[in-house]
Amino acid sequence: MTETPHVRTLVLDVPGWPGHRAGQHVDVRLTAEDGYQAERSYSLASAPADGPALTVERLDDGEVSPYLVDEVVPGDKFELRGPIGGYFVWDAEEAAQPLMLVAGGSGIVPLMAMLRHRAASGSKVPARLLYSSRSLGDVIYRAELEQLDVDVVHTLTREQPPGWTGYGRRVDVDLLREACFAPSDDPRVFVCGPTSFVEAVADGLVSLGHRPGRIRTERFGGA
Amino acid sequence: MTRLDGNAIAGVLEQLFGREMTTASGRCAGCGAEREVGALFVYRGAGIVVRCPDCDAVLLRIVESRDRTWVDFRGLSTVELAD
Repeated sequence: MTETPHVRTLVLDVPGWPGHRAGQHVDVRLTAEDGYQAERSYSLASAPADGPALTVERLDDGEVSPYLVDEVVPGDKFELRGPIGGYFVWDAEEAAQPLMLVAGGSGIVPLMAMLRHRAASGSKVPARLLYSSRSLGDVIYRAELEQLDVDVVHTLTREQPPGWTGYGRRVDVDLLREACFAPSDDPRVFVCGPTSFVEAVADGLVSLGHRPGRIRTERFGGA
Repeated sequence: MTRLDGNAIAGVLEQLFGREMTTASGRCAGCGAEREVGALFVYRGAGIVVRCPDCDAVLLRIVESRDRTWVDFRGLSTVELAD
């Protein structure tokens, strides 16, 4: 399924899939005819109840993502390892605190798995999402996010459509203060996106009084 | 080099240790800070270098080739695993 011009979701049929937790990823390995191998990690986008699906952003100089976004067709097979990870994971059954999610670009993917898991499990914990994208056309899952019972705050950092009334700047401390649960709400916080974004957000949240131990981060590297 | 975190090597570590490792705690042999592996700083080049977020000391180095893996643990004094 095409999400944006650069982003596609692949629904996988994995024999023996053991089930996953929201926030986990898989490692996809491609092997060329000469034996050259390239391996990259991709977050699972789906709720655990829905089986494995990946949402992949094409990086133009990438070794794996152009294949997954542009070339792979239903019925193709590729090698994967997973589900993987336990640190950047949210389980609805164990959660009592509010859920605060902060996404930069395709960093939304594991956070969307958490929101889908929250919806599918009937969890009543309050949830908020602060989501930074370059433009409205780059917002992944835009329609579905409007349907979820979640406060979603968008900021569009490069281009805002005419009449846009939301935020139009990079996430800074003031924006975090306005859009996030307060430290006194004791939220569980998950931050995912490019490294520079994640570190700016995490530093900003700590400066606002959030406890570092409550903030979990996943850095995608790059841009 | 772009900094990643322990989540980025969860698959490599799982293959090495045979279990999920990002929620294990590692103690830095340099400064004594204890952190979950998912929160450690990771740099990937020809190999993997894991550094302490508190003092920047090298905790772990991993080099993979097609048929073997080398691991240098000397920067970690302890690793604690929950059952």
